[in-house]
Amino acid sequence: MTAMSHATAASTVVSAKSLGLTFQTADGPVTALTGVDLSVEKGDFVSFIGPSGCGKTTFLRVIADLERPTSGTITVNGMTPEEARRRRAYGYVFQAAALYPWRTIEKNIALPLEIMGYSKADQKARIERTLDLVNLSGFGKKYPWQLSGGMQQRASIARALAFDADLLLMDEPFGALDEIVRDHLNEQLLKLWAATRKTICFVTHSIPEAVYLSTKIVVMSPRPGRVTDVIESPLPKERPLGIRETPQFLEIAHRVREGLRAGHSYEEHA
Amino acid sequence: MGKASFLRDRLLPIGTVLVALVAVWYVFVVVLNAPFERDQAARAGGTIGFMELLPKTMAQERPVLPAPHQVFAELWDTTVNKAVTSRRSLVYHAWITLSATLLGFAMGAALGILLAIAIVHNRAMDRSLMPWVIASQTIPILAIAPMIIVVLNAVGISGLMPKALISTYLSFFPVVVGMVKGLRSPEQIQLDLMHTYNASSAQTFWKLRWPASMPYLFTSLKVAIAISLVGAIVGELPTGAVAGLGARLLAGSYYGQTVQIWAALFMAAAVAALLVIVVGFAHSLVLKRMGARA
Ligand SMILES: Nc1ncnc2c1ncn2[C@@H]1O[C@H](COP(=O)(O)OP(=O)(O)OP(=O)(O)O)[C@@H](O)[C@H]1O
Ligand SMILES: [Mg+2]
Repeated sequence: MTAMSHATAASTVVSAKSLGLTFQTADGPVTALTGVDLSVEKGDFVSFIGPSGCGKTTFLRVIADLERPTSGTITVNGMTPEEARRRRAYGYVFQAAALYPWRTIEKNIALPLEIMGYSKADQKARIERTLDLVNLSGFGKKYPWQLSGGMQQRASIARALAFDADLLLMDEPFGALDEIVRDHLNEQLLKLWAATRKTICFVTHSIPEAVYLSTKIVVMSPRPGRVTDVIESPLPKERPLGIRETPQFLEIAHRVREGLRAGHSYEEHA
Repeated sequence: MGKASFLRDRLLPIGTVLVALVAVWYVFVVVLNAPFERDQAARAGGTIGFMELLPKTMAQERPVLPAPHQVFAELWDTTVNKAVTSRRSLVYHAWITLSATLLGFAMGAALGILLAIAIVHNRAMDRSLMPWVIASQTIPILAIAPMIIVVLNAVGISGLMPKALISTYLSFFPVVVGMVKGLRSPEQIQLDLMHTYNASSAQTFWKLRWPASMPYLFTSLKVAIAISLVGAIVGELPTGAVAGLGARLLAGSYYGQTVQIWAALFMAAAVAALLVIVVGFAHSLVLKRMGARA
């Protein structure tokens, strides 16, 4: 019994219990999250979907120890988020690429490696490998402004992949990109996830994107931000782009849409 | 950009303004210096016609306003025609002032940067230091410059250092203000990124705050170097210094040598322009190395 619970604890990456966060603002308190119960297992690809302002970013920031919850508990790799951050447990991809403009792409990828004290030779190898992973080989010497928005976003993903964190937190990384680039990056991200065996928490506004990528879809609704549905995806791990036309896919997408609609009607009657 | 457009876009407008300024200057030379010539004529018991008066207003020994060509003749004579080690060489005096300027600027920039770092990293420093920094600049420099020099002389410090300290006093201010702004210029998302890496404050400083502040640093250094020169000149005034541009200005006004005063003023302006250009050059060099758009 104890052995078993120990085993589950070891494979649970994020565990939130009745988590709440209320911001104190000049216009009074804003409840960004309330009563969130969620666990993310090792190797999961979890998507967070919901209307604007439902607390998706806030939840990711709580995992990353960029915000402190005001109620409930949360553990990351069985530790407090702060301990996990101190052990560099995760890579964070922000909604904007947030590359440092005075550094070349390879220097940007080297930034976390320099901070974490990787050797020069190791840095070089990792830069090469991650640039290749996001299809940016040959662009290492360019400055961010010389790259398109999609390329910059891929560079920021490479930066989060360069060091050994098993958890990847991604906040609408492809939000600003067009359909075609997005499809392409989704496919690449799935390949990367399969190759690296990382756990990924991924925020999106797109239902097809969430269904295509995830093993678990967390549907959220606003005012106050909470989880309304958690859908375990029955789709196989191997997912060609064509899977998005299968009945199974459409069925999950339908359930996500229903969940979102339920959240919206709450908003209208509130 | 071709040669023709350089001529049209840069040289032509600047040249036009220059010609206009010189013309206005000559008009004022005639107007301001004419009373003296009329006095002279009256004293001799006659009157003087305009055509006779005109060349005389431009060739006085001690004019109220010297003519441009007189000033440039003096400049030529005291730079090209004198050995640079000579006391009569304006280059010699400019160097005396320049050395105090550069020393004061270096100390002012260093002090300004250090204060800005303290202010940005420490709330108590922000609250306690910033008001003093601002208060320091409300005291007229002309009022405290003599005191600084007298006090330092009393403890046996004289020569270059007192002048440099006045430069420092003036030049640290724009650097503090600019660098506080620059070190605080990184966006929240860039700071959050450092936080996710669990970066130390030293790492955040060297890898984020410092590079982000470079444009602000150089903008404030351009102001600082110009007022460092002002500080050094002001520092030469109350001591009755025997060398330096300030000493030339003072000596000129003692003896009514307006041509000498104006020549010294032009030399000071040229030195200031040169210093600002050098800082500007360093600015573009650094930004280029930091990958700024060409
Ligand atoms: N620092 C803050 N201070 C005050 N209120 C905040 C802060 N950050 C977020 N909020 C509020 O918390 C709520 C949730 O914000 P959050 O950014 O998590 O939403 P989101 O789901 O990521 O929205 P979007 O899809 O638009 O990015 C919003 O009502 C927002 O106004
Ligand atoms: Mg968001």
